[in-house]
Amino acid sequence: MSAAAAFAFGARTAVTSVLCYVLFGTFVGYGALCHDLGFSLPWALVSTALVWAGPAQVIVVSTLGSGLSPTEAAVAVGLSGVRLLPMIRTPQTRFHQLLLPAHFTAASMWVEGLRVAPGLPRERRVACCNGIGTTMMAVALMATIAGFEMAARLPALFAAVVLFLTPMSFLVSIARGARELLDKLALALGLLLTPVFLYFKVELGLLAAGLIAGTLAYVAQRVRSGR
Amino acid sequence: MNTAALQLGPYVALVLVGFLPNEIWRFLGIIVARRLDEGSELLVWVRAVATAVLAGVIAELVLTPPGPLVYIPMPARVGALAAGFVAFLLVGRSIFVGVLVGELTLAAGALLLS
Repeated sequence: MSAAAAFAFGARTAVTSVLCYVLFGTFVGYGALCHDLGFSLPWALVSTALVWAGPAQVIVVSTLGSGLSPTEAAVAVGLSGVRLLPMIRTPQTRFHQLLLPAHFTAASMWVEGLRVAPGLPRERRVACCNGIGTTMMAVALMATIAGFEMAARLPALFAAVVLFLTPMSFLVSIARGARELLDKLALALGLLLTPVFLYFKVELGLLAAGLIAGTLAYVAQRVRSGR
Repeated sequence: MNTAALQLGPYVALVLVGFLPNEIWRFLGIIVARRLDEGSELLVWVRAVATAVLAGVIAELVLTPPGPLVYIPMPARVGALAAGFVAFLLVGRSIFVGVLVGELTLAAGALLLS
């Protein structure tokens, strides 16, 4: 198998993946969010290409767009990005060849990459992951444009429905990924505590609520597992 | 956009706030991937905090929403989120069903309540 064939195989894997359609819906919502928070379409596209992580992007636009401090936003993004670290596995590949697939690494690409890579020869796995990543990013960029334009042109009710894609799809995506008590509690407590903190205008409320809710969930998990 | 972000310029803000704090983990991943304990307590705690922060952003987007979502009454927004979540739980943890039911409830609520 040539590198080009492995790349094409990756691209086919991406377009036939159900995650690609979830990705499309998520980024339609993201494009609409960018529009309504006052960012330009080029900015929205650059952010999708550079950050390439749905949660981080939504944190960036919603914090910068709603008046929370940039420092708080950066810390929140940094925390959300830690999950990417263990997704990267790098046996016997040169450093510079890993920069691109590492940048493409996000939950959707990681899941599909792990699924198909074992069937490929080792030296073709990077090309395959690049094929998956390039295709998924192209889909996300098209979706960002679609969402931005829909928010700009549709009547208010339809634009609101497009905008609602972000909170709705993120809620069920997190819930789907939540298997342990830790994740479920962190989700529930974050949903409940953050509005209280923001209502009372607590300094750095989003981070403070997240730290408290996350730590409570962590402690609860430890207590239950009896350590 | 708020003033702090505007002072930085939207693209500089994007790199400082969005790109660097996120990309650093991918870069570190390349370097440390071979000696990483995935179940380490620190990573577990970080995962819990990150999940809670994202949940907080979801709550904020629904309670104090941007753009035309504001014109949909709050009970309709919160009810739609809850309905979508319940549908997701009932129908085989399907993301598609959850999002679809949530969206339909939102539209119905907007038409009935406003």
